[in-house]
Amino acid sequence: MKTVDIVIVGGGPAGLAAAVAAKKAGNDSILILERDHELGGILNQCIHNGFGLHTFKEELTGPEYAYRFIKQVYDLGIEYKLNTMVMDISKDKIVTAMNREDGMFQISAKAVILAMGCRERPRGALNIPGYRPAGIFSAGTAQRLVNIEGYMPGREVVILGSGDIGLIMARRMTLEGAKVKVVAELMPYSGGLKRNIVQCLDDYGIPLKLSHTVVDIEGKDHVTAVTIAEVGPDRKPIKGTEERYTCDTLLLSCGLIPENELSRSAGVTMSPVTSGPVVNESLETNIPGVFACGNVLHVHDLVDYVSEEAGRAGQNAVKYINDGCKDESSAETIEITATEGARYTVPSSINPERMDDLLTVRFRVGDIYKNSFVSVYFDDERIMHNQKRIMAPGEMEQIILRKSQIQEHGGLKKITVKIENE
Amino acid sequence: MFDVLIIGAGVSGSAIAREVSRYKLTACVLEKCEDVCEGTSKANSAIVHAGFDAEEGSLMAKLNVEGNEMMDRLTKDLDIPFKRNGSMVVCVHKEELDGLKVLYDRGVKNGVKGLKILTKEEAHEMEPNLSDNVEGALFAPTGGIICPFELTIAMAENANVNGVEFRFNTEVEDIKKGEDGLFHVRTNNGEYVSRLIVNAAGVHADEIHNMVSSDKMHIIERRGDYCLLDKQVGDFVSHTIFPQPTKYGKGVLVTPTVHGNLLVGPTAIDIENKEGNNTTQAGLDEVILKAGENVKNLPMRNVITSFAGLRAHLERHEFIIEEVKDAPMFIDVAGIESPGLSASPAIGKMVGDMIKDMLSLEEKENWQGTRKGITRTEGLSVEEMNELIKKNPAYGTIVCRCESITEGEILDAIHRPLGARSLDGVKRRTRAGMGRCQAGFCSPRTMEIINRELGLPYEKITKSGGKSYIVLERTKGEASL
Repeated sequence: MKTVDIVIVGGGPAGLAAAVAAKKAGNDSILILERDHELGGILNQCIHNGFGLHTFKEELTGPEYAYRFIKQVYDLGIEYKLNTMVMDISKDKIVTAMNREDGMFQISAKAVILAMGCRERPRGALNIPGYRPAGIFSAGTAQRLVNIEGYMPGREVVILGSGDIGLIMARRMTLEGAKVKVVAELMPYSGGLKRNIVQCLDDYGIPLKLSHTVVDIEGKDHVTAVTIAEVGPDRKPIKGTEERYTCDTLLLSCGLIPENELSRSAGVTMSPVTSGPVVNESLETNIPGVFACGNVLHVHDLVDYVSEEAGRAGQNAVKYINDGCKDESSAETIEITATEGARYTVPSSINPERMDDLLTVRFRVGDIYKNSFVSVYFDDERIMHNQKRIMAPGEMEQIILRKSQIQEHGGLKKITVKIENE
Repeated sequence: MFDVLIIGAGVSGSAIAREVSRYKLTACVLEKCEDVCEGTSKANSAIVHAGFDAEEGSLMAKLNVEGNEMMDRLTKDLDIPFKRNGSMVVCVHKEELDGLKVLYDRGVKNGVKGLKILTKEEAHEMEPNLSDNVEGALFAPTGGIICPFELTIAMAENANVNGVEFRFNTEVEDIKKGEDGLFHVRTNNGEYVSRLIVNAAGVHADEIHNMVSSDKMHIIERRGDYCLLDKQVGDFVSHTIFPQPTKYGKGVLVTPTVHGNLLVGPTAIDIENKEGNNTTQAGLDEVILKAGENVKNLPMRNVITSFAGLRAHLERHEFIIEEVKDAPMFIDVAGIESPGLSASPAIGKMVGDMIKDMLSLEEKENWQGTRKGITRTEGLSVEEMNELIKKNPAYGTIVCRCESITEGEILDAIHRPLGARSLDGVKRRTRAGMGRCQAGFCSPRTMEIINRELGLPYEKITKSGGKSYIVLERTKGEASL
């Protein structure tokens, strides 16, 4: 069986950044396995700008951003296989994959980096009643059809869900000559970035109806109309608030689900909150040597953060190999608990021995918070209390922990992240 | 001119087509949709019932039990999956325990084998996720699960290989008996002439019947809403769990599917709309509520899709399979609601025998009763996969990631007899698009393959025939090139 130091599953933004970082950290035995016919992942269909402000201090389109990393993969001579689907990852890090040329093959890896990204929640999972005609797409599928294949799904559009891809597609469909009649969002707040609401809806006069959902889809062969209604605090439709929109297309942007079927079958422990692996300070899962980064770990708002996180996963994988592939899973760790408004943290535990001098801990809040405080407690002592003008579920938050700070707190058992009003 | 015209390519029409293909004759199936299995046959519980429900002495009971017994051989011959997972009717009210005995006695009279009444403890031991309220159950080991698409497609394909023609997108508009003694069938695709007609038109069987008979028939469309759950929870129950039946039918069941999903449903709502297979909020809510009475902690957050089907219900709740009295040589196969799928092999046999006698047919010497299904890659070893990929590299490309369906399987589905021409056609033959992302990932890829293999422009590719086009036109940029 072929052996490779680091197998990276997925050649999207996370996989690319992990590969580049691992190579720069000194490892020469890296293989990226990518199921599509080119590297770059979903960025290839994100032809709008706004990528890279943090990483490159300039505004790039998705393909441009991806190419910054793809070029490094080329220049550094990192090995990759396209059109290759990973079929299985075993507990002992044997990766089974398949493509037309090599057939089905197995690689024994010292470290595996999970970078499979996420998928969109489909109509079925939303339990929207009505007919099941053509003309209903997840926003990302429509984005691919328009931006990659060059075809318009329709001319009159209703969008359910205000996730970023839905907002971006509202603008894209408008620019392509379609009429986007309304964006309905189940929650009382948007799931997307504020800047996308302004630049993709407000600028084009597209109404956003918060606390609304689709209650009926009409059309036997093809969508002919969609009815939306207001929902109450229980998120159930309120009778009498129905509004019917004739349309030929319904786009859905109702959440992303980390794509962890491979992780699960490998025995990786999952977080019920993020639907991604539970990881420690090294972005390592419960299986020693299996790391996770990007949207497969938790859904990010900006690709810049994906790249940064994936870079750390790549470096940590190299470190793990250089340290002799030690099983650290039974080492003493400090748990990080998210509570009172903070939904989760990544990572969710820290081994102070292994952590970097500065450790970024990312999380999301569960509601809109204005002028509230992000507080961090070491056991019962509050050690951080930062006021934020606004926090929203659609945007990721972060805190930075110092190794020295933790070391000063000898015997620290538990770190708690919460949102406080004062 | 055909000896036999079969109207409707659902499970009954396809079963009959396969049976008549044994004989020396010319036969043709007329189907108004673009594919087989487009009506009642595509949206049901996918169950092979044991046969204890239908009234003793009824045709329903007889054909259910016969059909059930024929399933092992048929599914083997046609190379499709079938599993006798056993079914349980559970009782959640102590005072209704007697009802289980009534079903048991009826089942025994109907000829159902192996029935057993389970105590509360036995039932819970067999199915740990049963509701704590379950007081006892009737166990039927012969109950089974099957894929209704594959069953219908396989029978139709096999009939086609044996010479039965199929005309899709062909809707019957009128039927007249000519002076020549033959039926003249007007369709949107020209006239068809035949000696004998089989009316297997599902919820439309009354319309077809009423074209030739003065004894009018009325079919009531009885809608059933379902939820399908992810394979992750496919082993939530291992048997098919029914509540005790009511006058509206067998109630909301919870069952594994033969492909490893979990299926919950159906409701039973009488509507007067032959096209009304839309789900409703009330219907979906009812499915969840009713299913929860028999099992506990049903993982409804794992729903991947919901759908509704229409049962072709007749007031007298019985299969009508007979030559119409005032229309000789016209056979009704009507009122085929549950257990129609289970009974379909027996329905095919019964109607085949009738036609054989009516037309004095002789058997072919070279009838080919077996069929090789699409080569499935699921569960193959590395060596087996490599052998396959070596022969055809298309088996090395995964198109549907959720169900791990390869391009090779899709090519097979497109190019075999009565091959797929739409996304749903590919889906029902291969399962590509039937997984947890519900075709979000694979539909552009499947469109690319359909475009390449069938030479169908993107704008003409449909979800399921008719006007169900996926895309409208080129984007502006492309159009101006």
